[in-house]
Amino acid sequence: MTDSSPPLIQVTGLVKRFGLKTVLRGVNFTAARGEFVALLGPNGAGKTTFLRILASLSRPNAGEIRVAGHRLPQQAAAVRRRLGVVSHQPLLYGDLTAEENLRFYGRLYAVPEAEARIAELLRLVGLYRRRRDLVRTYSRGMQQRLAIARAILHDPEVLLLDEPYTGLDQDASAMLDDVLRQVASQGRTVVMTSHDLSRIALLASRFDVLARGRIAASVSRSEIADTELLAFYRAAVEAPAEEVRP
Amino acid sequence: MSAASRERTSLWRATRAIVWKDLTAELRSRELLSAMLVFALLVILSFNFALDLDPKTRGSVTSGVLWVTFIFAGTLGLNRSMAVEKDRGCLDGLLLAPMDRSAIYFGKSVANLAFMLIVEAVVLPLYSLLYNVNLFRPGLLLMILLGSVGYVAVGTLLSSMAVQARTRDMLLPILLFPVTLPVLIAAVKGSAGFLSGLPLTDIQPWINLLLVYDVIFVAIAFIVFDYVVEE
Repeated sequence: MTDSSPPLIQVTGLVKRFGLKTVLRGVNFTAARGEFVALLGPNGAGKTTFLRILASLSRPNAGEIRVAGHRLPQQAAAVRRRLGVVSHQPLLYGDLTAEENLRFYGRLYAVPEAEARIAELLRLVGLYRRRRDLVRTYSRGMQQRLAIARAILHDPEVLLLDEPYTGLDQDASAMLDDVLRQVASQGRTVVMTSHDLSRIALLASRFDVLARGRIAASVSRSEIADTELLAFYRAAVEAPAEEVRP
Repeated sequence: MSAASRERTSLWRATRAIVWKDLTAELRSRELLSAMLVFALLVILSFNFALDLDPKTRGSVTSGVLWVTFIFAGTLGLNRSMAVEKDRGCLDGLLLAPMDRSAIYFGKSVANLAFMLIVEAVVLPLYSLLYNVNLFRPGLLLMILLGSVGYVAVGTLLSSMAVQARTRDMLLPILLFPVTLPVLIAAVKGSAGFLSGLPLTDIQPWINLLLVYDVIFVAIAFIVFDYVVEE
């Protein structure tokens, strides 16, 4: 579902250090409008750091980032308005109801006609009947579905998902799949990290592997069969550094 | 309206939303207020038993006892108010919003001030009852308001810094007490002045000090808050 327009996300030479440790060593990354990119990589590869930088939650040490034509960190507010983020934490308040949580975020994002949008999203994620229940009474799966509603409340062009399946059982994961499929089909650009290759294979249109602080390999969904995905991932993760240097 | 301002939710609107969220969540859970109130009442009762004083001497310690109570209870509230955001990951949710991040500071400050004022509204009549001192004097109430504003203004900023650390419970008081010393001194002196019936001209310098302190620290927080919460 890509087009020939300029990439919606464009990252060039991104470097991030934490003290003496360099986590990202010149990451180059692009994502076109409507693309669903699976960002794979071993633990500690820097996937979360990369997404946090894209979300303007962390400042890079070097590199250039553009999201929908806006530069980070100079135009952070404009970028944030175009971004929705779902992480393994739902970013929701347990002492507020689902409706109140969305109303709160609706105010922060100045969502027009927020009440109608909130009702629409609660129906989309299957929580409309439980809308007046406190979020702390929700299961982990329900909280993640509500987190997706929160993330797309302001109709963002880009959705960043960081391990959204963490802690979900099979049924909850399947429900989250359905919701993500609907969300992605609305033309959004999605970047998602996950360790669950079988699950992400059903959703993504491209697979990028982040290893040794760089995008070590990239392949589109049409170029790879399901059965080859694991071998592709392992080859990218285990390849010597000089073989994958851009 | 410029393109940049169209991209941002207004400071006022975002601040109001955060205040609404904090008050609604707190009225429902009463986690923060109950901890602050119990702590404040224990301090007042402890002083009541510890200071077995004659009525005249009691009058002279009233201001100090009150402010020790307010400040200890306030620190408890400040610590938990930011920790709740951090522990549940909600601070990221706030930081992701397309708004001036100082809205988080102002929203949390107003909510913290409201909680502190509620605690003070409970402590004052109880103290009056236990110590047989009339505390409902407009001048004293003004000093309590100004002192609380100054304490919360600095406390909210420092709790945003301390919340990033694992030792935040210990770190906040260590950072907070030296910085708020001018507020504490001015508030105690000013309150004592009103309680002992000094003329306004004698108390005016303490009021001025509190006003200046409040304005300066709110301005500093407005300028630096974005850097404080950035990773």
